[in-house]
Amino acid sequence: MLIRRMSILALLFFASNLHAELQIEINQGLDNPTPIAVVPFGWQGLGAAPEDVAQIIDSDLVRSGQFAPVSRRDMLSYPTREAEMYFRDWRAISAEYVLIGQVTLGTQIRIDFQLFDTTRQMAIDSGTVTGPVTELRMLSHRVSDAVYERLTGISGAFATRLLYVSVMRNPNAKDFYRLTLADSDGQRPIVLLEGRDPILSPTWSPDGQEVAYVSFETSRPAIYRQNLRTGAREQLTNFQGLNNSPAWSPDGNTMALVLSKDGNPDIYLLDLTTRALTRLTRHFAIDTEPTWMPDGKSLLFTSDRGGRPQIYRYDLRTKKIQRITFEGAFNARARVAQDGRNVALVHQRDGRYHIAVLDLVTDRLTVLTETSLDESPSIAPNGSVVLYATKRGQDSILAAVAVDGGVRFSLPAREGSVQEPAWSPYVTP
Amino acid sequence: MIKPTLYAKWVSLVFAAFVLAACSSNDTKEAEAAATAAEEQAAQEAAAQEAEQQAQVKAQQGREAAAANVGTVFYFEFDSSSLTEDARAQVDAHIQALLGNNDSVRLEGHTDERGTREYNLALGERRANAVRDYMVANGLPSYRVETISYGEENPVAYGSGETNWQQNRRVELK
Repeated sequence: MLIRRMSILALLFFASNLHAELQIEINQGLDNPTPIAVVPFGWQGLGAAPEDVAQIIDSDLVRSGQFAPVSRRDMLSYPTREAEMYFRDWRAISAEYVLIGQVTLGTQIRIDFQLFDTTRQMAIDSGTVTGPVTELRMLSHRVSDAVYERLTGISGAFATRLLYVSVMRNPNAKDFYRLTLADSDGQRPIVLLEGRDPILSPTWSPDGQEVAYVSFETSRPAIYRQNLRTGAREQLTNFQGLNNSPAWSPDGNTMALVLSKDGNPDIYLLDLTTRALTRLTRHFAIDTEPTWMPDGKSLLFTSDRGGRPQIYRYDLRTKKIQRITFEGAFNARARVAQDGRNVALVHQRDGRYHIAVLDLVTDRLTVLTETSLDESPSIAPNGSVVLYATKRGQDSILAAVAVDGGVRFSLPAREGSVQEPAWSPYVTP
Repeated sequence: MIKPTLYAKWVSLVFAAFVLAACSSNDTKEAEAAATAAEEQAAQEAAAQEAEQQAQVKAQQGREAAAANVGTVFYFEFDSSSLTEDARAQVDAHIQALLGNNDSVRLEGHTDERGTREYNLALGERRANAVRDYMVANGLPSYRVETISYGEENPVAYGSGETNWQQNRRVELK
């Protein structure tokens, strides 16, 4: 079974040009996006270039909502090195910035790039990224990250990946579930697990090498971890009752999870080395959805101990529990940004479920979405975008909104429902 | 349930044989009469027992039919795990049927799509447990009741709105 799964994995890894399952639609960008021309990159290698690197970078920048693309048809020249740059060509078509570069194939693959400011008529950034031949798309995303950071001052999060669960509804039989890993642009989808039993709560290890999730494949819920490189898979829990909401600690040594083996749902810590289990909460209420603060010193979780679900913080040193949400009758499933300040959560208002962000410094809660059945927020590793699931018709789709509310896009699936997105940490290809 | 009857018959027959063997030739007629009487009595007892069993089987069949009649899906109010009056009446019928047999049941808790998935898993478990606790409180041994929650993962009615949602907030007995 494992060998079969691994061979499928290997096959998918090397099959390029796989269609993305997700399509990306920009719903709202900035009012004055910056025009940037991403010129087709030069290619030095045998045959044709395996990927259109400039197209990948262009799509990344457009998807951020902060840049306006310049069509290739409007470009007056296609420079690939600085000597070929004529600024008047670019000012004529109102491109504020121009990105050029070339791709060189050797034992590895290398992208050299240069970014120009057409107003100041000078190169403002240049760089090289190198990696395995199969990772050209991920290397292209790293160029996007560099350009994005140079122009906005914020780290890019394009060279990252997504986990999500898709469901094919079948009114006459059991539904079909699939756990998929894809690049942050939805491309190169790889199926990690599929079957007729529910798959829930996918989450990343802090090093981005492993994932954990809940599967009902034994006809009961159990938590599994799976190594993305080797395909090795291990069942971590098999207790009576609930086994769900796995959350890796920032140091990777411990997993927070929810068990109801002692009567009702409580938060536990599983030491991944010794397998020792520590119970954190003891309350007859529902305690669930644990998530770690980035410093690893406390966890946030959802509890209805006050009557309705709200977010609480558990301090691991003092063992004290403190309620942190007070606005509205329902706040649940918190996810904390890397800066430890912004908390994305599901917030109910007038019977509708929205994604909101709670600022832990000012205690201000800002509702980010207008749709009504939003859930499963996941924050990009750069802290700027919240990815979540919402409903469109009968299907669940993925959508994203900037933490400042400025940019929105959706990622509907070609077929079926897509839910429970989990944005990876930064990974080195 | 057939065994006790055979056993009773067997005992009465052995008893009759013993009586016959123990009798002297002078007492043969008396002994024969006694044996016949014993046989008749045993037959009557067996018939009575059989009739009683048939009545019991019939009553149990009636209880099981009543349970089947009320259905195996119990519905709940929004964000609630309390049994409604209707649900309680349904579960009562199942308890009556289950007390008369040795079946084990699996209670599957479900929620509608509102709220978060993990919270709904907990809520679905709470609903299944509420039905289980009610069954156990009314005499069903807990080892015969297994609970599991699917949260919002297995809707019966796809789509949104209260008409769909109310069909999905349920515990299914299997």
